[in-house]
Amino acid sequence: MQKINSNHLLKVDGLSVSFVTRNGIVKAVEDISFTVDIGKTTAIIGESGSGKSVSCYSLLGLIPTPPGKIDSGSAIFDGEDLLRLSNECLRNVRGRRISMIFQDPMTCLNPFMTIGKQLAEPLICHQRLRRGQARDLSIELLREVGIREPEITIDCFPHEFSGGMRQRVMIAMALINEPELLIADEPTTALDVTIQAQMLSLITELQNKRDLGVIFISHDLSVVSDFADDVIVMQKGRIVESGDRSSILGSPRHPYTKKLLSAIPRGGKAVSSVRGDLPLVQVSNLNTWFSSARYRTPIRAVSNVSFSILSGEVVGLVGESGSGKSTLGRSIVQLIKPTSGSVKFADLELTKLSNSLMKHQRRLIQIIFQDPFASLNPRMTVFDTLAEPMQLHKIVEKRDVTSEVFKIMNDVGLASSSVRKYPHEFSGGQRQRIAIGRALAVRPKFIVADEPVSALDVTIQSQVLTLIQELIDEYGLTMLFISHDLSVIRKISDRILIMHKGSIVEEGSGSKIFEHPENDYTRALIDAIPGRKLQVS
Amino acid sequence: MTEQEDLEINDIASGSSLSKDAWIRLRKNRPALGGLIILTAFFAIALFTPWIAPYGYEVQDLNLGATGPSQDHWLGTDIFGRDLLTQIMYGGRISLSVGFLATIVALFIGVTWGSIAGFVGGRIDSVMMRLVDILYALPFMIFIILLMVVFGRNMLLLFLAIGAVEWLTMARIMRGQVQNLRQQEFVEAAVAIGLSRSVILVRHIIPNAIGPIIVYTTLTIPSVMLLEAFLSFLGLGIQPPETSWGLLIAYGAETMEEYPWLLLFPGFFLAVTLFSLNFLGDGLRDALDVRGAKD
Repeated sequence: MQKINSNHLLKVDGLSVSFVTRNGIVKAVEDISFTVDIGKTTAIIGESGSGKSVSCYSLLGLIPTPPGKIDSGSAIFDGEDLLRLSNECLRNVRGRRISMIFQDPMTCLNPFMTIGKQLAEPLICHQRLRRGQARDLSIELLREVGIREPEITIDCFPHEFSGGMRQRVMIAMALINEPELLIADEPTTALDVTIQAQMLSLITELQNKRDLGVIFISHDLSVVSDFADDVIVMQKGRIVESGDRSSILGSPRHPYTKKLLSAIPRGGKAVSSVRGDLPLVQVSNLNTWFSSARYRTPIRAVSNVSFSILSGEVVGLVGESGSGKSTLGRSIVQLIKPTSGSVKFADLELTKLSNSLMKHQRRLIQIIFQDPFASLNPRMTVFDTLAEPMQLHKIVEKRDVTSEVFKIMNDVGLASSSVRKYPHEFSGGQRQRIAIGRALAVRPKFIVADEPVSALDVTIQSQVLTLIQELIDEYGLTMLFISHDLSVIRKISDRILIMHKGSIVEEGSGSKIFEHPENDYTRALIDAIPGRKLQVS
Repeated sequence: MTEQEDLEINDIASGSSLSKDAWIRLRKNRPALGGLIILTAFFAIALFTPWIAPYGYEVQDLNLGATGPSQDHWLGTDIFGRDLLTQIMYGGRISLSVGFLATIVALFIGVTWGSIAGFVGGRIDSVMMRLVDILYALPFMIFIILLMVVFGRNMLLLFLAIGAVEWLTMARIMRGQVQNLRQQEFVEAAVAIGLSRSVILVRHIIPNAIGPIIVYTTLTIPSVMLLEAFLSFLGLGIQPPETSWGLLIAYGAETMEEYPWLLLFPGFFLAVTLFSLNFLGDGLRDALDVRGAKD
């Protein structure tokens, strides 16, 4: 251990935290030591459940005790041990000298209070300012985090802001008492790539201006690869590797760090061999508009989109949230009725089919959803989930259903012993495998994959991506792969479509899009990919 | 073919895994199982009362009057010298059948009505729910009294009248649940598979809405029993010499100071029934919630 250095803002030493559960004591964090320096960023990397959030929450007394318990360790912040402070003193530190940004900006803001009131609250509470002063200071701060016209927007409610704007408000809230240490818990995971890039530069900018120490928690090494000073890699509650950025990224020693690095999607897909010349799916002049009582003109979620997918081809569709890419996917599989235009599947016009005829076509056209926590019926076992579509479309004889279910489970990499389990007993990655299995159960020809890996951790994401690639070859699938992440898309698709505000703005092969982007928006998307330094190396 | 696969095939034939797993979990839950056994016993006694009751329900012994528990009359007699145990047994027949049948009527109408309104949505939903609002607004005592006056006193009518009032809340709860569930992605996934709307409703939506419904059902049964006592007290339900637990308790309460056993014993049976129902209801809810019980 190094000597106490005056630059150390926070020094955590030998921290262990455990939780008492029904199945016995679970050690969430074991013997963790790290430091954060003034004006520097320490990044904690690990997949969900690795204890990265718990270790920071326990510093501020934010874990519920019981069942949580801090077993040992110390956390010296400005000469005082945070773990031994009384609740009273801790409350003074928390929010005033150490503040936090959380992952989900929607759930962390009170939907019934205006932004201004929520910002003023800590000022009035901690600094005993008067309302008028607090308001002036809030406006100033909102301007600093890049909110336009803060004099007006300060009286808006959270739902009137976009996701990125809400996260800016969260940052403003975290900074309002001029803390010395900022803990950011996956602050950009819920955001689009372009917004994420803006957020990261905002945090770095504020950090330099205010000499802020930052603990940045993330599951994604590429996100922190541009700005972290020190990187700590955690796995199963322990630190497996730590060091400065260049040594971790340049010469990782621990196999887990190497795995994390290799999980970052990079490079393009090899040109596939099994590719027909006939278009399987033809979309022409497709429009999907939503009318709403609040706006006089309908929202044009998809406007005048035309493209085709050849049989055996994987086409990637990229765009940020709100660009209409999910609506487009759902319109193609007729989960949303398009307003006008045509969708032809093997020369059959889907938009004109009656509901009952469409049900037959659903055997050939399937969809995989983004969130495996929401897309599986929580009260159906894996067996029921997989058997249901087979029995409906009579894919196999009744007596062969069981063996077919086991075959599908094997294909998507699920142990056959878990056939009687319910969705909640699986991790996110496993659930997505079940959802993929359900789509494959009817042996479809064409699958729309709507952000199938976006809700997953990076390492799991690369596993599922590899699985999807294998299944495409094995089942001879044609696929429309939707994602907001260009690097994921590039890895899996033969051709890429870029979608912006309801229209397709650019189309081409992966190498063409990346090397010679023609559209400004495409260029912005490529620039926003985190960790491009890693991609090049 | 392995043994495990054999087992799986039998499963498909015997219906969904959920009800089977739920039964296994319910059997492990001791209070719920106890509640189930007690309720079953009460039902059996009620069913066979005419054969096993120690006295006829009309038998009076005015010379005897009200006496405490004794060898001839285990739970004592009332002021007319009628055996209390016999009365409780015959009263149980009425109370249990009114309580359960009226609740089943309410459950059936309410769940069907609410889930259709919530699932179909749009104008049909508005019309269906406005009807519920209108019925809510009717003072229900007047409604029941009117029914009784027009059609005369009749057990079947009593079931229907109470059931017809109690389903309103059930329909509202169900509609809220279904509306929420309808927007979930797994329902969209079921559409994408090609399932028909009725199958989606029955297999994917209703099983996920069942928790609050069960809890509300266990709350409805006792309130229906008390409602029956109230109606009978007003002279609109059961009339002596027929009796029910509610009536026995009401009369017992009048003579509480002189003959406390006339209140205590019927009250005890009602309380045991309600406890059993609550334990069973909680157990059912937990058993059907696959996330809760993880061994």
